[in-house]
Formats: sequence, structure tokens, C-alpha cells
Amino acid sequence: MKLFRMLGRSIRDAIKSVIRNFSLSLASISCITITLIIVAVAIMASYNVQNFTKEIEKDMTIVAFLDNDATEEDVKEVEKTIKSISNVDKYTYQTKQEVKEKMQAESDVFDTVLKNWSDEESPLKDTIQVKVKDVQKLSNTAEKIQKIDKVAVVRYGSGMVDKMIAAFNQVEKITYGIVIALIIVTVFLIINTIKLTISARRREIGIMRLVGASNFTIKTPFIIEGMILGIFGSIVPILITMYGYTAFYKHFDGYLYSQLIQLIKPEPFIYQVSLAVIVIGIIVGMIGSASAVRKYLKV
Amino acid sequence: MSDLIRLKNVEKRYKNGVTAIYDLNLAIEKGSFVFIIGGSGSGKSTLIKMLYREEKPTKGQVIVGGLDVAKLKNSKVYKLRRKLGIVFQDYRLLPKQTVYENVAFALECIGEKKDVIRIKVLKALEDVGLKNKVHEYPDKLSGGEQQRVAIARAIVNEPKLLLCDEPTGNLDPDMSMEIMKVLEDINKRRGTTIVMATHDKEIVNKMKKQVITLKEGHLVKFKQKGKYEDEAI
Repeated sequence: MKLFRMLGRSIRDAIKSVIRNFSLSLASISCITITLIIVAVAIMASYNVQNFTKEIEKDMTIVAFLDNDATEEDVKEVEKTIKSISNVDKYTYQTKQEVKEKMQAESDVFDTVLKNWSDEESPLKDTIQVKVKDVQKLSNTAEKIQKIDKVAVVRYGSGMVDKMIAAFNQVEKITYGIVIALIIVTVFLIINTIKLTISARRREIGIMRLVGASNFTIKTPFIIEGMILGIFGSIVPILITMYGYTAFYKHFDGYLYSQLIQLIKPEPFIYQVSLAVIVIGIIVGMIGSASAVRKYLKV
Repeated sequence: MSDLIRLKNVEKRYKNGVTAIYDLNLAIEKGSFVFIIGGSGSGKSTLIKMLYREEKPTKGQVIVGGLDVAKLKNSKVYKLRRKLGIVFQDYRLLPKQTVYENVAFALECIGEKKDVIRIKVLKALEDVGLKNKVHEYPDKLSGGEQQRVAIARAIVNEPKLLLCDEPTGNLDPDMSMEIMKVLEDINKRRGTTIVMATHDKEIVNKMKKQVITLKEGHLVKFKQKGKYEDEAI
């Protein structure tokens, strides 16, 4: 009962303080708004990078072309060896006939060209398409497959793929770094702005201490004030996330530059990001004000 | 009567190297009215500050109402403060709150119920003679009245001990006597122990209470029905 009473009083005091120190509150809210906008953008960018890295990785396939003279026995042997490679996730065997039919179905040009080739003339080969578990080890696995007897050629997007994956990983790390750095900066900004409001209320805190208010009682209104500032500060970033990202997605039709780079669908992504933004806002506001008020609680 | 305050071999040395109190031994009984007198730098304020744990003694024991003040953690100081009331020379009121709100603030801070607050606040304001000014703001009151609000705030939680640090320092002699009457009344009617630091000779001589005389951090005299003796200071 007493706790509820104290909590009610804290909330009332916090709201009063936000209104009474309106200009300072506005300064804190603006600080939080600006940093949270950047945080939101960084979060969205980082998730998108993560997303299309995964999409590309999913499509990554090693194609092993078998020698023309490979017998059924040989194929089984090759399959067995491929299966034994630890990084291999799954594989599919296609005869040259199947490859031919598939290609013919894909385009009219292939259809006409391939029709004119007999089985002996056909440059097509039996293939085994291999999906790997860890894309980072793609080239390593490809090399292993290449060494298998009766495997003529191995193809995968070597070089360019490796570089792309490495670059995406780098971008992901950088965006994480930016998000964390921004959160820290916001905490400091909030500590300083809340310090200003607190120093205006030093007298009150002093009297509270004199009449026997516990540290909890003194701190709580300020922490709630920080939460309120955090919530107000996250309104604009959330609007930007919701409407901005949806507009961005629509403008680019869900793809950036090419079909390869697919954007994450706005729903439920924007709600998740908005939730993250408001949670960060609240936590950052709380931490900021808690550490700002701590200074005044020492005798 | 038992002792409410006991000091054993207390020494206070500030960080800048100045020693404010040397080896002080003292016992103050429950229900007594004690003046602490002495010139500036005698250690009066330091002694009062140690009693409400604004300062910690460097050596020795300070026991107030059974609590060992020196051993009290910062986060537990409120337990001591709830047992005592404090009045300062500069009143320390909240200017944007009414007389009633200023007094009620002390009880709100410790989570008292609204109806209890109302009863206690009105009683305290009646005791200091300000029942007709409950809705006034502090800046509309005279110095004496403001100090009485501060006293009401200090006694509203019915403490056993009331500490006063030069409460009449900003007041003219008439208003000072008015405050002293209020304090004496509280001491008699509520049985509150009062410890008051002052350098007001007239008050000490008129009141004829216990007097602790400090000089340069040493206890010089502790007399019942004492007087303000210039030569001791």
C-alpha cells in the first residue's frame, strides 16, 4: 500500500517536473529524439544487411560437373565422398538430361539450341549441386570437392562472393558499433540535461534528505522523469521508422539496386524496430537520470 | 531519565586538516532543553551536524536514540532523520509551496497516508500558532513566521529530538523570543528533547536551560540552568 502511495507520488512529481522545467525537458527530449533517429536508422540498416547477407548465403551453391565417362557407380562414389565432407548441408544430383530439360524450360533460346544437340554432342554434364552449412568455408569445401575423382570442374561464385560476404560482415559490425556508441552518447547527454533540472531542485532534495526520505523515494521521481523523457523522445523516431521505412520500401519496390539485395518487409519489422527504439529510449532515460541524481544522494 | 544522546571520545577533523572537535564526551537526557554556545569556530555547528549525520566523527562514538550514527551507511541515514527534526537559521522552506504543503512534505516523503498527514500537519501548525496561515506562501510571511513553519515541519513527525542550528540568527529580538516560546512549549508539551546551537546571549540568559559551552573544539562547561558566560568563550 505504502509502496503504491509512494509510486503514485513519484509519478505525479515526475510529470510536474517535466512540465515545470519545460524548456529543459524539451532540450532533453530533442537530444533523445535526434540520437534515437540515428539509432533507429542504424538498426534498420544493420538488420537489412544481415537479412540480405543471409538471403545471398542461402542461394550460394557449389556445382560439381562430373566427367562425361562417369558411370552410375562413379556417381554414387562421388555422392558418398561429398556426403562425408562436414560442411556439406545437402546436395542434389542432376543428370545431363535433367539439366537439359530444365534449361529448355527456362528459355526459348536454350530450347532451340539444345534441341539440335544429340546426347553425344551435348556440352552439358551430369552435375551435383551442393549447399553448404557455413558460407565462410565455401571455397575450402569447393576445393575438397574438386579433388574428388571423376569431378571435372567445380564452379561457385569464387572471389566476388568471398569479398561480398566479408564486406557485409564488416558493414554489420560497423552498424552495431554505431548503435552502441550512439546509445552511450545519449546516456551522457541525458545525464547532463537531467543534472541541470536536478541542480534546480537541489534545495528540495536537501530538504527531502533532512526529513528522512529514503534514497529510493528521492530517486524514483527522477528515474520516472527520465522514463517520460525517453518515451517522448522516441515518438518522432518511431514515426520515422513506421512511415519512413514503409515509404522507402515502397519506393524501391522491396529491392535495392538489384533483385539480389532484398529489403525486409515493413511488417512486422517496423513494429519490432519501434519497440526496440522505445525500450532503448526508456532505459537510456532511466540510466541517465539515475546516475545524475546519484551525486546528490551522498552525504 | 535515560540518555537520548551520548558522545564518547568524539573527534572531528575535516579533510582540510582543521580539527573542529577534540575528544568530546557528552550525555544529553531525554526531554531536556540544551543550548550549545560558543564563538565562531568553536564547533557548535559541527556538533549539531554530527548529531544528524551530515558529518561523521573521525574518532569516537555518537549515539542518538540508540543508533550509532558514525556506523550508519549513507543509504540508511533516513532511519536516523525520521527520529529527529532539524531547524536552520535560513528556514529552508520550499518557496513554491504553501505553508500546509511545506509541512506536509515531510510526511509525504516518508509515505504517510493523506488523512494522517492532514491531522498531523494541522496539529503541528496549531502548536506553532500558524493555523490561520495554512494557505499562505512562505514569501508572504515574516521571518519569525517562516521559522515557525520550519519548526512545524520539524515536529510534524513527532520526533524525540529537535536540533536547532542558530534558529534565531536571522530574527530580531522580539521574533527570537517568540520562537523560543514556541520551542519551550514543544519541549514541555510534547516532551521533545531540544538541542539548540546559538550565540544569542540574551536568549540563553533568559531561558535558564542547560548550557554546553564549547571553545575551539573543546568542551569547556556543561551547566544546568547555565548562563552565557563571555569569559568562557
